Amino acid sequence: MKELKVEATIENLAKVFTFLQESLEKCECAPKTKRQIKLCVEEVFMNITHYAYNPETGPAQISVDMVGGSEPTRIVISFADEGRPYDPLKTQEPDIDADLDDRKIGGLGVYLVKTTMDNVEYEHKDGKNILTIEKDLDQKVG
Amino acid sequence: MNFTKSQDGNTLTVELIGEVDSMNTPELEEKLLKETVGVTELIFDLKGLEYISSAGLRVLLTMQKMMKTQGSMVIKNTNEEVMDIFKVTGFVRLLNLA
Repeated sequence: MKELKVEATIENLAKVFTFLQESLEKCECAPKTKRQIKLCVEEVFMNITHYAYNPETGPAQISVDMVGGSEPTRIVISFADEGRPYDPLKTQEPDIDADLDDRKIGGLGVYLVKTTMDNVEYEHKDGKNILTIEKDLDQKVG
Repeated sequence: MNFTKSQDGNTLTVELIGEVDSMNTPELEEKLLKETVGVTELIFDLKGLEYISSAGLRVLLTMQKMMKTQGSMVIKNTNEEVMDIFKVTGFVRLLNLA
């Protein structure tokens, strides 16, 4: 398992991306899968900076676990922060059928995470928000 | 992310190249709002776009809403992966995809 602890700020998204890239280095999954995982990590991290914290900042801890040994079949990524209790799964889903005039700007990030990952769970434990996202890894294509 | 633009009269073509994420969207949005003053046709060329998060989608939505009041907006050369994101978020119905 790999872990990163950073202050939850927009600027630190670069560090999070580097950490994720290193964590996925040995994963022989398709580039598309890697980009999907990256997308979800960005969305969750940005939600922590915007909703668990803001205007103040605080720590965010991210752990990446590959399940299945040398040929991992599943990736489990866990995010923990010490901000105010915030369950992103309770966010109102965007109305994806709304037309342009009625379409709201928010809620897209969580929606993308829920539709892209195979499992998403939230718990509030020991004063921390803990969000765990999981995705089955495909075989490398080509 | 790289951002190239070419203007022909009131038509502005903007090419988004690389990755559009939460770190670079504030600058992107600011540039777009500045560049589209007086523009009646905005064309986004996404052939070089490799990654877009919800922050980038919000910019596209903002621009689409704005261009509706001053002209039109078209998005062309969307790759399959970005198209998947447009589909799952319902953006295929909001954007004019050429």
